[in-house]
Amino acid sequence: MAAMTRPVYVVDGARTPFIKAKNRPGPFSGGDLATQAGRALLLRQKFAPTDFDEVILGCAAPSVDEVNVGRVVALRLGCGQKVPGWTVMRNCASGMQALDSGINNILAGRSHLVLAGGVDALSRAPLLYADAMVLWFANMMQARTAGQKAAHFAKLPVKALLAPVIAIMKGLTDPMVGLLMGQTAENLAHRFGITRAQMDAFSVRSHQRVVAAQDGGALASGGGEVEAVYDRDGNAYALDDGVRRDSSVENLAKLKPFFDRKYGNVTPGNSSQITDGAAWLVLASDEAVKRHGLEPIGRIVDSEWAGLDPAQMGLGPVHAATPILKRHGLALNDPEYWEINEAFAAQVLGCLEAWKDDTYCREQLGLEAALGELDQSRLNVDGGAIALGHPVGASGARIVLHLLKTLKRNKAKRGMAAICIGGGLGGAMLVEAV
Amino acid sequence: MKHWRWEKDSQGLVWLTFDKAGESTNTFSRDAIEELSGALDAIAAERPKGLVIRSAKDNFIAGADVNEFVKLKTADEAFEFNRKGWDATQKLRDLPFPTTAMVNGFCMGGGLELALGCRYRVALDDPKTRFAFPEVMLGIWPSWHGLMWLPKLVGPAAAFDMLLTGKSVDARKAKRIGLVTEAVPLRIFENTVRMVTLAAPAPRRLPLLQRLMLGPLRGLVVSQARKQVAKRARPEHYPAPYAILHAWRKYDGDPIACKDDPACSLKALFEHPTTANLIRLFFLQDRLKSLGKGAEFNPGHVHVIGAGVMGGDIAAVCAMRGIKVTLQDTSPERLAPAVKRAAKLFERRLRDRRRVRDALDRLIPDVSGAGVAHADLVIEAIFENLAAKRELFERVEATARPDAVLATNTSSLKLADIAAALKDPARLVGIHFFNPVPQMMLVEIISGERTAPELAAKAAAFARLLDKLPLPVKDSPGFLVNRVLGPYLQNAFRMLDEGIQPEAIDATMEAFGMPMGPMELADTVGLDICLAAGKELARKGASGEPDAPRALLNKVALGHLGRKSGQGIYRWERGKPVKAAAARTDGNLTEALIEPYLTEASAVHAQGIVADADLIDAGLVFGTGFAPFRGGPLHYLASRK
Repeated sequence: MAAMTRPVYVVDGARTPFIKAKNRPGPFSGGDLATQAGRALLLRQKFAPTDFDEVILGCAAPSVDEVNVGRVVALRLGCGQKVPGWTVMRNCASGMQALDSGINNILAGRSHLVLAGGVDALSRAPLLYADAMVLWFANMMQARTAGQKAAHFAKLPVKALLAPVIAIMKGLTDPMVGLLMGQTAENLAHRFGITRAQMDAFSVRSHQRVVAAQDGGALASGGGEVEAVYDRDGNAYALDDGVRRDSSVENLAKLKPFFDRKYGNVTPGNSSQITDGAAWLVLASDEAVKRHGLEPIGRIVDSEWAGLDPAQMGLGPVHAATPILKRHGLALNDPEYWEINEAFAAQVLGCLEAWKDDTYCREQLGLEAALGELDQSRLNVDGGAIALGHPVGASGARIVLHLLKTLKRNKAKRGMAAICIGGGLGGAMLVEAV
Repeated sequence: MKHWRWEKDSQGLVWLTFDKAGESTNTFSRDAIEELSGALDAIAAERPKGLVIRSAKDNFIAGADVNEFVKLKTADEAFEFNRKGWDATQKLRDLPFPTTAMVNGFCMGGGLELALGCRYRVALDDPKTRFAFPEVMLGIWPSWHGLMWLPKLVGPAAAFDMLLTGKSVDARKAKRIGLVTEAVPLRIFENTVRMVTLAAPAPRRLPLLQRLMLGPLRGLVVSQARKQVAKRARPEHYPAPYAILHAWRKYDGDPIACKDDPACSLKALFEHPTTANLIRLFFLQDRLKSLGKGAEFNPGHVHVIGAGVMGGDIAAVCAMRGIKVTLQDTSPERLAPAVKRAAKLFERRLRDRRRVRDALDRLIPDVSGAGVAHADLVIEAIFENLAAKRELFERVEATARPDAVLATNTSSLKLADIAAALKDPARLVGIHFFNPVPQMMLVEIISGERTAPELAAKAAAFARLLDKLPLPVKDSPGFLVNRVLGPYLQNAFRMLDEGIQPEAIDATMEAFGMPMGPMELADTVGLDICLAAGKELARKGASGEPDAPRALLNKVALGHLGRKSGQGIYRWERGKPVKAAAARTDGNLTEALIEPYLTEASAVHAQGIVADADLIDAGLVFGTGFAPFRGGPLHYLASRK
C-alpha cells in the first residue's frame, strides 16, 4: 500500500474505561459501551451527529441481538436514519480495521466525516449448546404426541446440556493450528528465549505506567480520552479497573501458567485481561475540516496489514510496522512514541527481539540486517492491555487514539501503533500530530 | 347529519364514522347523541352484515362534552341528558348483526360505553390508545351502561380498578384483561376490524372466579373494594366511588332503577358540592394547559446543571418525553444516582425495554459541561446559594448559544438577584418544579422584572412538553406554593410547641382533605429545609415570624431531619412514618391549622402575584394537593362565608 494521497485527519476521540470481566456478564452490552463513549465524544464536537457520512465499528464478537452493532450504535447516538452504520471484523484489530475502512472511503472521496472505532463486551460472550443438544432440540420439534415427547425427553443428553461451548474459548483458539492464543505466545518465548521473569517484569511495568497515567491525568476520567460510563444500578465506571496498584514481580511470580499448564511461562498475570470496552475516533477529510471549522489533533499518515504464521501471530506488529518504516525512510526509533498492543508480555518482548535478530529480519522481513533495538522508554508509555485489558475489537482503535493524545500532550510529532491479530495477522498505523 | 356519516361497502359492512363538526376531538354533545341514535335506526333498516364504528380524528371519543354537562341547570335536566346516552348505547347493543368499535387514541367515558355497546372492540396497538372511565374524578359515574357492562366483560377486579380510580389502560393491557377482542398495529388494523366483524366469533367467557364475583360473591367484592376506597377517600368528601359500588351492588349499574336512592342517584351526586368543585378543577386544569400555548418552543436539547434529586429528575422527565438532555455535575459519582433513578422511572413508566434504552441514551451525564454550548434551554438546579448561582450563570451565558433560554429552578432566591449576574438579564426565567418531579403536576413559571415576556411563554410551552401544568407567577419570595406552605407549616410547628400531638395535627388536616398532614409533609420535605425556607421567607418580609418554632430548631439541632435521616417529627421505617393513634381534639383545631394557609393565599391574591384567584386555587391544588373536593383555598374561603 502506498502512502496516502490526501490527508486523513483525526479530529478527536474518546473511549470508555475498560471494565474487567468478573466471570459473569458485565453491566453493559457492546452497544451500550459504544453508545456511551460516542455520545460523550459527540457532545464536544462542533458538528451534529447527523453530519457523519458513515459510522464504522469494529467488533470481534457482536452479540446475537445486535450483529450489525455499528448500525445499532449509529442510531442510538442520534446520527439519524440516513447515516449508514456498519460493522467490521478482523479479530483483535477490528477497531483498527474500522479506522482503515474509514480512511479508505475518505481517500476514495466517498466520505468526508467518519465515526470509526471498536467495541467488545467479552464478559457477555455467550455459552452455546453443544451439537448433541442442538440435535436433541431438532428431534423434539418432530415429536408430535405427548407420548413421543415424553420418550424423547428421556433421551436428554445431560452431559452435553451441562457442558456448553464457551464461545470466548473458541474465539481465542486458532482454527487453523488449534492453538490457544496464549500458546502462540509460548511459541515466541521459546523461539527468542524470553523468560518468565522478563514477562512478569514487563507486566509490572505496564501496571505502574497505567497507575501513573491515571494519577497524572492522561488516563483520568474526563482527561480527554477516558469518559465515564453509567449503569442502571447507580454505578459510575470512571477508570480502567483491571489495573493493580499492588502489582509486583513477587505477586506475579505466584501465578500458575494457564495455556501450557504447569510447564509453560504465560500466566493470566502476564497476559492481557478479558475486558469490556469501546473506543472511537472522528476521521475527517480536508474538506470536512474546512466545512465545520474543525481543529484536528493529528493525521493518520499510513497503514499496513501483514500476514504471517498463525502459530507466531504475536509477531504481527513487526510484519506490519516494518514496511511502513521502510516506505517513509524511518529508523526504528524515529517515531517518538510507539504503541504495541500487549496481548501477551512474551509477544511484545518477542517483537522487540525479532527486530534485533539478524536472521529474522533477513529471512522474514526481507531486510539486509537487524532493524535494531526499540527504545522501551518510548514504547507503551502509559501502559497497555496487560494492565488495561484487551476488549478485542476496541484495542486497535484505543492504541491509535492514545498515541495521538500522547503526541499532542508531549508536543511530539510522530508515532506508530501496531497490533498482533489472532489468525496470523498484523496491523500498523503511522500517525502525526498536527 | 353534522357529526356522523356512514356508508355500506361491497362486503355489506356499514362503516359509521364520528367526525365532530368544528372540533379536533370527538365528544358527545346532545346533538351528537341524537344523531347517533337516528343513524343506528337507519343502519338497522339497511340490514347490513355488520357495523363498524370508527373515528375520523386522532382519538376515538373523549366522552361526554363537559362544557355541555356544566350547562345543565337541574338534576332533572342531567337525568334527561343521561337518558339519551343510556338509550343510544342500549340500541347499539340490541342490533341483530355484529358490531365492532375500531378504537384509536383516547376512548373515554361515554366513548368507552359506546365501545362496550358493540359486540367487539379492536384497538390500535399504540401507546396513544387509552381506555378509561374518568367519571369518578368528576364526582359522577359511568351511567350509559358503563358500570353495568364493564364488570361483565372483564370481571369485577379489573373493572373496578378502572371505575374507582379513573386509571387508564393501554391497548395491550386492554387485550390482556379482555376489554378488547384484538390489539393490532396500524398495518393490519382495518383488516382485523373487517375480519372480526365478518367472522363474528363467539364472545369470550369469563373465568369461573370472575363469574362467581359477578354473582354470589358480589357483596364480598363490594365490601373489599369499599375498604380499598376508604384508604384513599372519605365518603363525605368523595361520594362518587361509594355511589359506584352501591349502584352496582344494588342496581347493577342502572341509573334509572336507582334514581331515587340518595346513596347513589345521579341527582344526589349532581347536587353534591364535590361534583361542582371537581368539575371546576377540571376546567382549571384545562386553563393551565392552555397557558402553555402562548409560544412555539420545542427544545431538542436541554442542559440541566445539578444532578441532585431535583435536577436529576428534571433531566429524567425531559429524556422520557423524547428530549435529548445533558446533565451536568462535578463528578461521575454525583451523576450515577441520577441515572439510576431515571432508569427506575423509565422502567416503571415506559415499560418497553427499547423505549427504556432510548430514553437512557438521551440522558447524557456531562461532567465537562460540553452540553451547554448546544442546548436550546439551560436549567440550573444547584443548591440554593446566590453567589454560586450568579457565578454559574455568568459562565453559562458566555458559552450558551445566544438564542438559548436560561432558566433557574430556584425556590427561595429572587430571580432578579440571580439575573443581575447576566449581561442580558432579560434572558433568565424561573422554571420551578416540585418534588417528586415525575409525579407533581405543577410547574411555577417565574418572571422577574426584566424577564422577556416571550421567555415566560416559552417556559410554559416547555412545561406542557413535559405534560406538566404551567402557572405564571411573579418574582416574589416563595413564589406561590412555598409562600403559602411556609406559614402553614410554621404554624403547625407552633401548635407542636404548644404541646399538641403531631398525629392529631396530621389527622385533623387529613380529615380536612389534605393528602398528607403538615407534620408528615415537613418530615418528607426535610426539617432542615423547612427551617431554612422559613428563615428565608421571614427575612424577605413575607408573612411568618422571625423566630423559628422551638420544636423545629430542636429537631434540626439533633440531626433529626425527617424521612431522609430516618427520624424527624416521626420515626420513619421503610419510607413510612410510624404514627401513634391520634388523640381526640376539639373542632377548632381545623380552623387554627388551615387559617394561615388561607390568609397567605389571600395575601398572594391581594398583591397580584398570580393573575387571578382561580389560578391561585389551581396552583395550590395541583402544587400542594389542597383538598381538591373543596375547589381550591380561595374558592373554599368564599364559599365558607
